[in-house]
This record gives sequence, structure tokens and C-alpha cells, in this order.
Amino acid sequence: MNPIPEQKIHDTLANANLQLAIYDATARLMHKRRTALDNPLAADFEAWREQANRIKRHTIENLDHYLEQLEQNLVHNGGKVIWARDATEAADFILKLAKDNNALRLVKSKSMTTEEIDLNERLEHHRLDVVETDLGEYILQLAHQRPYHIVAPALHMTRYQVADIFTERLGVAREVVIEKQTMIARAKLREKFLTADIGITGANFLIADSGAVVVVENEGNARLSSSAPRIQIAVAGLEKLIPRAQDLAIFLKILGRSATGQPLTVYTSFLAGPRRAGEIDGPEQFYLVLVDNGRTRVLADRDKRQALYCIRCGACLNHCPVYRKIGGHNYPWVYSGPIGAILSPLFHGVTEDPWLPSASSLCGACGEVCPVKIEIPKILLELRNDVVKAKQREGSGKLERWAFRIWAFFMRHPKLYEMAGMAAPAILPEASGGAWIQSVALPLRIGPLARWLSQRDLPPPAARSFRQQWRERRRQA
Amino acid sequence: MPKRVSLFVTCVVDQLFPRAGMAMADVLERLGYQLDFPEAQTCCGQPAFNSGFWDQAREVAAHFLDVFEDAECIVVPSGSCTAMITHHFAGIMEADPALLARARRIESRVYEFSRFLTEVAGVEDVGARFPHTVTYHDSCHALRELKIKSGPRQLLSAVSGLTLKEMDAAEECCGFGGTFSVKFDEVSGAMARTKIESIHRTGAEYVVSIDSSCLMQLQGALSRAGSPVRALHLSEVLASR
Ligand code: SF4
Repeated sequence: MNPIPEQKIHDTLANANLQLAIYDATARLMHKRRTALDNPLAADFEAWREQANRIKRHTIENLDHYLEQLEQNLVHNGGKVIWARDATEAADFILKLAKDNNALRLVKSKSMTTEEIDLNERLEHHRLDVVETDLGEYILQLAHQRPYHIVAPALHMTRYQVADIFTERLGVAREVVIEKQTMIARAKLREKFLTADIGITGANFLIADSGAVVVVENEGNARLSSSAPRIQIAVAGLEKLIPRAQDLAIFLKILGRSATGQPLTVYTSFLAGPRRAGEIDGPEQFYLVLVDNGRTRVLADRDKRQALYCIRCGACLNHCPVYRKIGGHNYPWVYSGPIGAILSPLFHGVTEDPWLPSASSLCGACGEVCPVKIEIPKILLELRNDVVKAKQREGSGKLERWAFRIWAFFMRHPKLYEMAGMAAPAILPEASGGAWIQSVALPLRIGPLARWLSQRDLPPPAARSFRQQWRERRRQA
Repeated sequence: MPKRVSLFVTCVVDQLFPRAGMAMADVLERLGYQLDFPEAQTCCGQPAFNSGFWDQAREVAAHFLDVFEDAECIVVPSGSCTAMITHHFAGIMEADPALLARARRIESRVYEFSRFLTEVAGVEDVGARFPHTVTYHDSCHALRELKIKSGPRQLLSAVSGLTLKEMDAAEECCGFGGTFSVKFDEVSGAMARTKIESIHRTGAEYVVSIDSSCLMQLQGALSRAGSPVRALHLSEVLASR
């Protein structure tokens, strides 16, 4: 049971530049989404969400069927499906493939699933040259950092920080103009693309009825990663499935708008197997690595399996007031924000980071914007209940448990409740003047009271409660 | 239209903000309602529910049902307590069909105060006068669970002398979140400060909400920042003349 990373959270909150960077970047993304949804073209957005939710629910409820169909069609297209139970199996396959084909260099486009299974570290450990080709991911790879956001991985970095990283790691002259930084990265990456043996992409969607992998992006690097090298691998979580090609349109419409406010992302690539006879380009070999890594565990949880509907648009992060304060690196896993707060405990069990589902004010903004209508706040509440039950089984968390038991006892006994209320002014003599309380005497400066007062003033307990005033009012009447 | 209304004032209003409750009673009485305050009432169970202690939440929720079972119409000066009753009681009672049935029966008779005024009493102008500039804070549960957005604004706009100024972050959370406010005190405090920046940008003298717990968070942060802005419950504005 890991404790709340209070120090790290404190440091993030105390870093004014970082706070501004997170707040502004998320505000921009929120604004872009809003503008896209206000466009008459998106008048049916609510209906799209409803439909997307229905399609995902149907797919997840019938996952075995569609997985089989996907494999059949993908094999028919000349590709191969590799079933990876966990990170090691996925990495082992790629390592062996690289070895069998004397491959040394791999280019990668952005993929949260490969982040999830620490693919880069595992491959680099075996002296393979793995290069991230998405600009944000490339910057993070140079800086040895994890993505800060599932859509905008380097959201927290300013161009000045990027300039420092480029100078230090690439040995180029310091350059703070974003367009020029892009040119530097492009020149470096071009050469990698042309000399890579293997290209790795993620997948936004897997289409069962056509055996195709769909990748959406804005930079064109996924398209290059999947076309230049002779061997191509797509790594995807098994929940990325959709049944039919005709289902795709709705997801493309909601994904771009929710993520970046684009009606459609710039590139939508369909990867459907290796080069066929008579075709002039395309890879020689094509593999789809289907990663479980805990997904079947989530699938077994009837109430919460809807977490697998997620299309990784990032809207819930942008709209989350907690993410906007603590940023992406204080969450225990690669998935941050509201979706991270439910995926981490669902994949790893609630006892690893029992605080995580509680790190939310339950404002509900995430559920309101989620394009596939995942009931994130409801799942957070259920997870909190799971944490309480797990702690009870383990015999930990006694203090809070007893506090709520006693509290409930008082709440069921109105007379006791009223007496406890009347005791408050006596315990808090500071309240006598009726002004808001800034601090309390030392012996009281503990626990929740101290934590409340660390940030804001405390209301004075009313001299007479509502019920007392009400009785008087009735007597007078 | 009911003539008789039962008040569930919530534990927060009862213990900390009785003025908001009395103001609600004033407004309703002026509109001609007979009020009933069942004295055995305490809390809706939300603190335990939100903290994951569903057994304890269920006990307290069952107590609420005992107290209010026979009430024809229940009015509550809080969006989140209303949502607890109408949206969450059923979820924690699933394993107990008898209790669940009782919860289901009460749902349609529980109204958040502003919704009662606009949708049941059918009034917008309650005859109040409040010659001040005011901004309205959308409390999260009222906004997203109860879908209350325009009602309180209509009520405020009808108050004589009142100028309503919208803030840019009206829908952003104040950072309270029940036990979240003390478990993650620094994050909660930072959220409150962001919110009060937005309040200050409007130049309003008062920030008004329909949830006393948000008001406690906001007034606490305003007071800590030495701000002259005051947080008021909607009922207090509507009771002013
Ligand atoms: S949970 Fe919903 S809003 Fe969040 S990233 Fe996934 S699809 Fe987007």
C-alpha cells in the first residue's frame, strides 16, 4: 500500500512555471474542444457519444467473438497475430523478431500501450536502438521522462526546456523557436526512418471485419514508421476492437474533437497486412501484438469493465481540476488523470495505491466530457468502496473505519447528534466572535482540522443550530 | 401543487450555516407554504458514501428514509445532498430490496431548493431586493447530476437591484469534495484559489451558490486571502428585502 506522494504533489504545486504550463495547455485543449462542439457540424455530438458507447459496450461484451474474427481476417491479409499475456511476452516476441531478422534499429510512433509495457527500456536493455518519432515523445525520450499526458506527452514542457534538452542531448546550437526545433527533430528522425529495420506503431482501433489496424495522428510519423521499414509491428491492447469498418466513422468524429478539437486528425492510416504481390510498397512482414497485461482482469469486473471503452482522447485529463493541479507525473502509472485513476487500480488491484481513487473532488467533469460515456465518477466511488473493503480484510485503516462507525452511530441518534453539535463551540473558543477561524490552539492542530486550516479559514460553529432556532421560531409563532 | 413542505436542511446547514436554512424557510413561507421540520433528521449519509464506507452510508440513509418516508414534498438547500438521495441511495441499497423500494419511492419527492422554486412553485421573482453585484458558482453535483444551471440564475436575475456577472470559470470545481478537502488539502486549496481568482475577475461583491459546502470552501479561501468578497447561499439572497 503506497502512501499519497505528498512531497511530489507539493513540489508540483509549488512550481509556478509548471502550474502555468499545465493550466494553459489544458485550457487551450478545453477551448478547442468546446469550439469544435459548438460548430453546427457537431450538432449530433451527444447522439454520437451514445452510439459510440453502445458500440463499445457491444464489443467488450462480445470480445472473444470479435478477437477471433480479427485474427482470421488479419491472417487472411497476410499478417500475424501475437497474443501477449503481459509486458515480458510482448517484448520477448519483438526481441526475437529483431534477432531473427538482424534488425538493430526500430522506429516507433506514439503509443500508450508500449509505454504501459515499458517497451523501450526492455528493447534498449538488449542494445537495440529504439527511436520515438512523435515530436513530443522524442523530446521525452531524450529527457528520459514518461509522458505527461496521453495525447500531448510533453504538455508540461516549455520551448525553452526543449531547447536545453536538444542542445544537451543532440549537441545542436540552442534554438527556442518551435518551428526550428521541429526542423531539428525532423532532420534527425528522417535519417532514422530510412535506416530502421522495424517500425512499431500503436493502434487507435482494430477493425474485426477487415482485419485492419487504424492509427490516427497529426505529424505523419506513424505513417512513416509503418511504411518505411521492412518489418512492421502494431502493438495494441485487446480493447481497441470495433466490430465493423462502418463503425469507424463515428469514433473518428468523436476522437479528434475530444482530443484536440479537430473534426478529423490529419492522418488516418489503415494498416492491413504486408505488401501483396504486385504492390510497390509496404512492409514485407506485418505483426499485430495483442496485449492483455491485465485487461482480462478488468473484463471480469462487470460493473467497471466499461473502463475498457476508453479511446485515449485525453479530454478527461484536460477537464480534470485535479490533473490540472498535480499534472501527469504524480500518478503511479503511465495513465494519468481520471482515466488513470481508474485504470491503475483496475489493472493492478486497489491495494497498490489505495489513495488514488480518493484523489478526486468528484466534480464529474470527466464523465461529462468522455466521448464514450465512461461513468468515471461512479467507478471512482465504487473503487473507494473496494479500498475500504480491502483495508478491512487486511486489518488496516482502523482509525478512519472507526471514525465513520462512530459518526454513523451519532447520525442515527438525533439527540446525540444535537449534543455533539452543541459541544463544538466549547471545543473551539476561537469561534466566539463569529468571525472565520484562522488557527486553533495547538492541541487541536492535528488531523483533518489542521489540514483544513493549512489552506483556508474555518467557519465558526453556529451559536445556535438551525434546529434550535427553528424551535424558537415555532414557539414565537 | 403541495401546500405542505418538509425541510431537510442538511447537517452542514444545521450546524454551520443555520442562516441559510432560516432564509430558505422565510422564502418558502412567504410563498405560502406550510413548513414542517422533522426533528429527527440528521444527515443524508454522503460523507461516508463518498469515502467508500457504504455500510455506514446505508445506515444513515435508512435513517433519512425513516424520518422522511411520509413527507409529501422534501426541499433541500443543497444540490449534492439532493443528488445523494435521488441518485445514490438506490446504488448502495441494491442488496436490500425492501430498503431499495423505499429509496425508489422517495426519489421523486425530493427537490433541491432552487429547483423547487422554479419547477414546482413556478416562481422566478420571489420579491427579493439585493442591491449588489453577484456571481453564481455552479456547484458540481447540482450542475452535473441534477442538471441545474439556469434556474438559480433566473431567480437571481429577478431580484431587484441585483446585477449578475458571470465568471469565466463558473463551472469549475471549488475544490471542496468532502474528505478530499483534507486528504488532499494542498490540491484542494490550490483549486479554491484558482476559483477565487475567477470570482475576483468579475468584480462581484458576493459569490452565490446553492451548496453550503462549496460556500464553506470558498468563504474559507476568500477569508484566508483577505478578500472582501462574501459567499452567500442563494436562499440568503432571495430572503433579502
Ligand atoms: S476515459 Fe473517456 S475522456 Fe478519458 S481518455 Fe478515455 S475516452 Fe477520453
